[in-house]
Amino acid sequence: MSGYFKELISGTKSLFIGLGITGKYFFEPVVTLQYPHEHLEMTPRFRGHIELIPDEETGEPKCVVCGMCQKGCPSGCITLDGEKREGVKGKVLTKYILNFTTCSLCGQCVESCKFGAIRFSKDYNLASPRKEDFIFDLIKRLKGIN
Amino acid sequence: MPEPFRVILFIIFVMAFAGLNAAYLVWCERKGAGHIQRRIGPKEVGPFGLLQPIADGIKLMTKQLFLPKGVDPILFMVAPLMVMVPAIMSFVVIPFSETFVAREINIGLLMIFAFASVNVLGLLLGGWGSANKYAVIAAARCVSQNVAYEIPMLITVITMVMVTNTMNLNEIVRLQDGWFWHWHIFRLDMSLLMPVAFLIFFTCSLAETNRAPFDMAEAESELIAGAYTEYPGMGFGVFFMGEYANIVIGCALSVILFLGGWQSPIPFSPAGFLGVVWGLFWFLIKLYALIFTVIWIRWTYPRTQFYELLNLSWKVLIPISLFNLILTALQIKIFPWL
Repeated sequence: MSGYFKELISGTKSLFIGLGITGKYFFEPVVTLQYPHEHLEMTPRFRGHIELIPDEETGEPKCVVCGMCQKGCPSGCITLDGEKREGVKGKVLTKYILNFTTCSLCGQCVESCKFGAIRFSKDYNLASPRKEDFIFDLIKRLKGIN
Repeated sequence: MPEPFRVILFIIFVMAFAGLNAAYLVWCERKGAGHIQRRIGPKEVGPFGLLQPIADGIKLMTKQLFLPKGVDPILFMVAPLMVMVPAIMSFVVIPFSETFVAREINIGLLMIFAFASVNVLGLLLGGWGSANKYAVIAAARCVSQNVAYEIPMLITVITMVMVTNTMNLNEIVRLQDGWFWHWHIFRLDMSLLMPVAFLIFFTCSLAETNRAPFDMAEAESELIAGAYTEYPGMGFGVFFMGEYANIVIGCALSVILFLGGWQSPIPFSPAGFLGVVWGLFWFLIKLYALIFTVIWIRWTYPRTQFYELLNLSWKVLIPISLFNLILTALQIKIFPWL
């Protein structure tokens, strides 16, 4: 019989403690992010698709078209091309296509680049019903076209 | 004011009050749930999401009133009304202020409980008429739950009638005038267990209105939407409005029986029309504080198991309320001058 009352009293007490906790939460500030209106800054080690790093002075890609990223890519999703130009040391990048549909974000391309010309982007809002939208022209992306 | 006008005005008022409450309590519920879970809740439709209930209402009204195959057409269509109409009927005797009551009748309390029991019948018929196994399970649960919780509730009400000597709701409120320690919940001289009686009554009214943590009739995670599973569009909407109207009735009764109804906590009341507004103000403050508690409780406790639910009623609430009844009777017999 005493167990009955003990349980009754402790049970009632625990109900009020529970109400206290949620009551406290009610007045605390909200912690959610209002997603379509606000965006979260991605963490430094987040892996988006790769992007070209522009040269600080010229704004052109730092890439010298050595082709190490293309060779290092296990899925073969990088295609690049370059040409020799008058008055410029080394080759100039003319085409850098990333087929993101087969990319597994392993990072071998970023590892193998000796010139620090590519990095992971922070772009995570990628959604499309069409496959072609994931064949990225990274030079165009660098210039801010599309 | 001539009688026919008074009747029409009160009908409009009661319908509007029930409808607006149903719409905006859903908004309050979603906002309350949001902030308790530390998010914002509805915010896109109108300022603070205030137009959300209207958008929801329009959406429900545009839906087709589809009659699923195999349902009992009459029971299926009548059931939502059997939840809604008794709730609206009960508003007739609720005193919002001293003279602001549609019809002051001597058996107001009895009338409310008579109509409140029709609510269960509506859920039972709706669940049965749906020809859906989840709806039938929900209907069966709902009936056994309501039978179990009506007993402690009515025993508590008998206790209250014993100490107040009347079933007239306005009379019960008038007995609680003066300072707030004259409210029945603090009247330990009437019955030593008065605060406990209030807790029992409030718990039972939660169970009677099928609110969480006793929402066995609409256990989303187990029974889809319980008795409402097959209802489309406004059929569901009317059930929902009835449910919220019942919550308002339950809380209003708790306020009237225990928290002084339209009495202000200090013995002051302006004369004439201002006095009516003053009473209305205090009644609504207390009413919405209790309704907020109901919402708060819903977002605090998980749903009880069905056996636990019946255990709580038969092993805890009924014995304690019976004990309270006997204690109050003894108190009245031994100290009749109090």
